Amino acid sequence: MGTITIDGQAIPFQDGQTLIEAATEAGVYIPHLCHNPEFKPHGSCKLCSVKVNGRVCSACTFPAAEGQEVLNDTDELNEARRMITEMLFVEGNHFCAYCEKSGDCQLQAVGYFLKMTGPRFSYFYPRREVDASHRDILLDRDRCIFCELCVRASRDVDGKNLFAIAGRGIRNHLIVNSASGELEDSGMAVTDKAAHVCPVGAILIKRQAYKVPIGSRTYDERSISEVSLSAEAPVVAAKHD
Amino acid sequence: MIFNIKTADIEPLRERAYGADKQGNIDPLVKKIVKAHGNDPTELLQILRRVQAEYRHIPQRAVELVATQLGISHGQVQGVSEFYSFLSTTPRGQYDIFLSDCIIDHLQGEPAVMAQLCNRLGVKPGQTRADGRVSVDHASCSGLCDQGPSGLVNGYPLTRLTLPRIDQIADLIERGAPLATWPQEFFAIADNLHKTGLILDPPLVPGKALEKAFATGLDGTLAEIGKSGLRGRGGAGFKTALKWKFCREEAGNRYVVCNADEGEPGTFKDRVLLQSHAHQVFEGMTLAAAIVDARQGYLYLRGEYLYLCEPLNRILEERRRLGLLGRKILGHKGFDFDIRLHLGAGAYICGEESALIESLEGKRGVPRNRPPYPVTQGYLGRPTVVNNVETFAAAAKIALNGGDWFAAVGTEKSKGSKILSISGDCARPGIYEYPFGTKIARILEDCGADQVIGVQIGGPSGTFIAPREFDRKLAFEDLATGGSFMIFNENRDVLAIARNFSHFFAHESCGFCTPCRVGTSLLKNCLDKICDGHGTAADLVELTELSRLIKTASHCGLGQTAANPVLSTLERFPHLYERRLREISFQPGFDLDGELEVARRLTGRDDAYAHLTQEE
Ligand SMILES: Cc1cc2nc3c(=O)[nH]c(=O)nc-3n(C[C@H](O)[C@H](O)[C@H](O)COP(=O)(O)O)c2cc1C
Ligand code: SF4
Ligand code: SF4
Ligand code: FES
Repeated sequence: MGTITIDGQAIPFQDGQTLIEAATEAGVYIPHLCHNPEFKPHGSCKLCSVKVNGRVCSACTFPAAEGQEVLNDTDELNEARRMITEMLFVEGNHFCAYCEKSGDCQLQAVGYFLKMTGPRFSYFYPRREVDASHRDILLDRDRCIFCELCVRASRDVDGKNLFAIAGRGIRNHLIVNSASGELEDSGMAVTDKAAHVCPVGAILIKRQAYKVPIGSRTYDERSISEVSLSAEAPVVAAKHD
Repeated sequence: MIFNIKTADIEPLRERAYGADKQGNIDPLVKKIVKAHGNDPTELLQILRRVQAEYRHIPQRAVELVATQLGISHGQVQGVSEFYSFLSTTPRGQYDIFLSDCIIDHLQGEPAVMAQLCNRLGVKPGQTRADGRVSVDHASCSGLCDQGPSGLVNGYPLTRLTLPRIDQIADLIERGAPLATWPQEFFAIADNLHKTGLILDPPLVPGKALEKAFATGLDGTLAEIGKSGLRGRGGAGFKTALKWKFCREEAGNRYVVCNADEGEPGTFKDRVLLQSHAHQVFEGMTLAAAIVDARQGYLYLRGEYLYLCEPLNRILEERRRLGLLGRKILGHKGFDFDIRLHLGAGAYICGEESALIESLEGKRGVPRNRPPYPVTQGYLGRPTVVNNVETFAAAAKIALNGGDWFAAVGTEKSKGSKILSISGDCARPGIYEYPFGTKIARILEDCGADQVIGVQIGGPSGTFIAPREFDRKLAFEDLATGGSFMIFNENRDVLAIARNFSHFFAHESCGFCTPCRVGTSLLKNCLDKICDGHGTAADLVELTELSRLIKTASHCGLGQTAANPVLSTLERFPHLYERRLREISFQPGFDLDGELEVARRLTGRDDAYAHLTQEE
């Protein structure tokens, strides 16, 4: 047990908690994409960058320690996060206007939250494979942001270890652990946790696209800060109860 | 001294594209390779190196088989196969050639050498010739900048490449001549030792440092290393004695790892240490093992130094015979320690200690989250000391001569001396050992450099300094360097240097975190645009914003330093950037008219209306 401050506000923490866990429990939103409190922290998207005693750290992996002075909601950090979000948009192929995840997508929602208008960088337009082989699940790599939530969910929760990242650098890509490399042969089931954790529209359940109409989707009604806190605070609290 | 590769150490050429039995079945051989590595998953990278050498690529069938035999996922094998530059999932040539893309090799004529090679052999960079005879590609710095342009053929280094030599090489390749029959001087590697100091001279007599350490006592020896003020020579400058102390305080099996990844362009001093002072390095590792109580050590050798494997293994053998490795070292009961070599396969990021450990475990070289640090949870989750080659070499000498001997040299915060790899525009490139605190001007004078426009200190991740800073000092508190010291004269284009470095980082980013994965490519594109004359004021703004973000938000040291070439040249030579800019505020990075080419071809038109001119 101890106390840190985030933007001047005193925040209690439990031993072993990360900054983001302490913040979430106290009702302070720190933008994040690769983090989901149900899984092992990863620390790759860097959206959760905060300043701890003057140094930039990832809130999702950095352990809370007594007396830390954390800056979170500052112009400088939000500008950095906006730039990171823009990077994720230009790196892949995100055509929100006709993406079926629109309105439920965390990348898009975080973009709105950070008041991103359009990316300042040129698009990469990479060629990425779409895997529609599976009966019930679609894998559209165009939208993958390499958060590895599917990797972690499949490995640590489903016990199937169906996904991995291959390649290096900007040529990274998500691969499926099956001899053919296709989802169909992987033994993935629609009930797998991994089928439901993708923050963007890269892993989708087929035939669900327009069940909820655009305009009444998750982030159409509430901002990602609200949605995230209400969903994640109980998960974090349950860990130490 | 010239180091000649023994022809007996060179692997024979694989005559057929597939080392398979008559039915074309590769399974028996792949299984044999896996078995020879003890069916041990941590040996994955070593296994894949063998498979690559055997089949000139990693066939899909081998991926499956290796995964099954090792009991690991298909994804891990595939992931590793695609991560390292010297592994390939598509067939490469019987002669597989990489030329060093380092800026220094460029200055020495690499572009012309590459052009000639491709021309003579009828291939393009990145291609394998249709008959499978040869493939040619670029690789990051091969650590031979003092004798470039350089490259690798089937993993073995080619030095001092000239156009006539390229002609000879092309003939040999067309004739199918085995590498072992190529003229030896093609593979000759000079030490180029120009100035020695505390660490290099005299080389340690094998066993002497360990004997002294046992005579002094291990606690006392650690205290001497503390007193010497020795700080890590690999970059970060962490106090060595403190690292060893932290490690020994942890419980459980401990490991000692020597970081010989030496990937920073322009650095080659670890190569020379391993060529000429290997006993001293191994003795330093053994000393560390005695102090932290470790039983197993690894030397992580960068893939480019494959040719050192056999000589180093011979020295390890010799040390076992001398009772300096193995069981009961120097007769001390309970002091058992041995060292194994582990080869990399072309990935600069594997020099970062936690990525190195991942690679040692048979994974992609992705840096871990910290804390925990390797001294508490390193190799296989155990406490691990990771030190640079030079750090171990220095520690061995300190154990022998005492802390005061070392601390008498250098500055208050940087004790002892530092080995530099000097390359670029100077009369005598090579290895120089200097006391910390030496002025840059003095170094430039010694190696015969004049009309210098700038020096890149610490490699691409370091700082580019201008002539007005030449009275600055070599020291952790002033100009820190892992050893790279690249000199550029007034005829060189500063932007071309920054551009080369930005290509390096984009190529080497591991891709784990967003700022570096995407940012290094954006930075590269932006510099390309400016260098190609399409840059505008808006691009300079983008360059600055991007650089700041990559520096502060990246996950590891690679990303955190990847923008240094831009930031340090922009700060010192803003006029050179401004001179390249167009006078409008924005110009797209592409050629509008060029984009219409496909449409013109499809419609068969080429009239004036089928062309666009850009409004300015
Ligand atoms: C991208 C990157 C590459 C590195 N490459 C090397 C290297 O080739 N050799 C090395 O000794 N240290 C390298 N380092 C530093 C290591 O992470 C580590 O600090 C060092 O090996 C510790 O040894 P030392 O304390 O003896 O310097 C690198 C660091 C980064 C971030
Ligand atoms: S598919 Fe989705 S969950 Fe998996 S890594 Fe990509 S973005 Fe993350
Ligand atoms: S900074 Fe670059 S090299 Fe380091 S983890 Fe991030 S992507 Fe990988
Ligand atoms: S949420 Fe912390 S790095 Fe992605």
